[in-house]
Amino acid sequence: MAEKTWIRMSGLGGQGVITCAHILATAANQEGKESTVNPFFGAEKRLAPAESYVRISSEVIHERGEILKPDIIMIFHPHVITLGKCYTMPFYEGLQPGGNVIINSDQPLAISKEDLEKLNQMQAKVFYVSATQIASEVGGTELSTNMAMLGALLGVAKVVSFDAVKFAVQDRFGGKNFVASGSTAALDDVMKSKFAKVTQLIEKNMNVVEEASKRVEEYQL
Amino acid sequence: MIEQKVMDPQQLFFEAERQEVFITGSEIVKEAVKRANVDIAISYPITPQSESMHLVGDLYAEGYVKEYFRGESEFAVMSEVIGAAMAGVRVFTATGGQGALRAFENFPNWSGSRLPLVCAFMTRGLNAPLSIQPDTLEMAFMLDTGMIILHAEAAQDIYDMLLKAFIIAEKTDVHIPVGVFMDGFFVTHTRDKVKITPAEFKLPPYEPYSSPIPVMDMENVPFRHMRDPFVMKSNFISYAAHASWQQEVLAAAERSRRYIQQYLGGLVEKENENADILIITSGTAVSQSQEAIAMAQQEGIDVGLVKIKCIRPFPTAEIQQLAANAKAIIVPEFNRVGWMCRELKSVIEDNTKVVGGPRVFGGMTMPPEMILDEIRRCTQ
Repeated sequence: MAEKTWIRMSGLGGQGVITCAHILATAANQEGKESTVNPFFGAEKRLAPAESYVRISSEVIHERGEILKPDIIMIFHPHVITLGKCYTMPFYEGLQPGGNVIINSDQPLAISKEDLEKLNQMQAKVFYVSATQIASEVGGTELSTNMAMLGALLGVAKVVSFDAVKFAVQDRFGGKNFVASGSTAALDDVMKSKFAKVTQLIEKNMNVVEEASKRVEEYQL
Repeated sequence: MIEQKVMDPQQLFFEAERQEVFITGSEIVKEAVKRANVDIAISYPITPQSESMHLVGDLYAEGYVKEYFRGESEFAVMSEVIGAAMAGVRVFTATGGQGALRAFENFPNWSGSRLPLVCAFMTRGLNAPLSIQPDTLEMAFMLDTGMIILHAEAAQDIYDMLLKAFIIAEKTDVHIPVGVFMDGFFVTHTRDKVKITPAEFKLPPYEPYSSPIPVMDMENVPFRHMRDPFVMKSNFISYAAHASWQQEVLAAAERSRRYIQQYLGGLVEKENENADILIITSGTAVSQSQEAIAMAQQEGIDVGLVKIKCIRPFPTAEIQQLAANAKAIIVPEFNRVGWMCRELKSVIEDNTKVVGGPRVFGGMTMPPEMILDEIRRCTQ
């Protein structure tokens, strides 16, 4: 059987959910694994629900579209849960037994007892990370929230190595391989304007990844 | 313009070295057009197509495409490409969903005018209610426009089918448009590995004198009928012209079969086709079926798969032969009307064994488990 890790990322438009998925999948490919990534969003606008799906496998992946049975769910913004800004309700819908949920929040969210009980029954593990705060502190910009989430993922499950992530960030922002279009290009320009050189952008973002991997904490259900 | 070397199509498709890249479907459209020696591309945005024609615009800026502009509407663009193609140059455009339907009047006009246009259709749900998500319903409308219809399953198909579409469309004995269809988001926005040829090589230019009809000659058919319609002179002549001309357009599509065989290796692909249960479908439904078949195998159920790559002309003989010994044929589809099921039922002799479905529509993916349920039912 193929060794598979299916990851669903839920966030808000502009947070970098799609870029994060792109970087993770590029890293997985760099390590010789099979990986595909695709986004799901409505009419593009900031703060509207946006999801991205990363499939990593030891064998060729045929399945397409949204991931209905994720092993790992990453929640980029508390509103995904508290305001239901999400394509899947409840946010843990379809999580596989023993799966992980990683939430970006400075403090545990007011998740209902019923939901917590269900997560417990599924033997799920819930983790919190102050991704936006870490992005501001270490990366100097909230735009690195997605990289902090990626770091938290590595802290929870070693799906790819730090070196592969570094390669992928370099490929995405420093190489000539990627041509951003539309609002992604505009956000890329803002991101790049925060740093004097692309090498600094990569270094700072890798610092964010490493810091977040250390600061992600399990929440006792 | 950027200098590229012309490579013989056969060599470019089958012999040129290939490099693996990890890019989205929209980016693959750009890579294919970059190597297609396109003279003019005309665009109008609609999700999920917008990004691809934006990237083709970048090709114009970079010097790979000679002319490029954004039209006033989908209807305008699909009319403007007629003018460009009649002038005798290689033309590319793309649309999808409502965009395709808005421009619809032009499609039979493309075929009737024998224009070798290549258009990428990135499918999306049709209003109402509003959707931007994938759904192949628009393909049901396109089946009888006279154009050749190819349906890409995944990333690699987009690259190969787009490049080959130009060569098939421009054969003198074909010379009708080709629509290369791909499922929006599932294919256009999915980042996947694709093997592509070096960017320094491109297809030979379009040869306007390969056209079976005179280029933009207002004194001869079919263009003469624009300024001087037969029907204004004599109903008899008009009937006669239509009767022969419409059959000629259909015959042109029939004549494309051997080129589709040559370049795409056939109108269908098959795996384990002697199994009692067969899945026959196209596009993303093929990918989802692959997963379902792997799950069925775990349960000891043997299932074969037929991927239809070319829907017009329809692989009638191939399907009749493949279906002859199957006990059940499952047809998963990403639309509510089940047009592929209708097509299959119209050619399979004992069509009571055709199971229409499962079907999903409006943008959700099709869980492989839905197909597996249908497989299990067929074993009972």
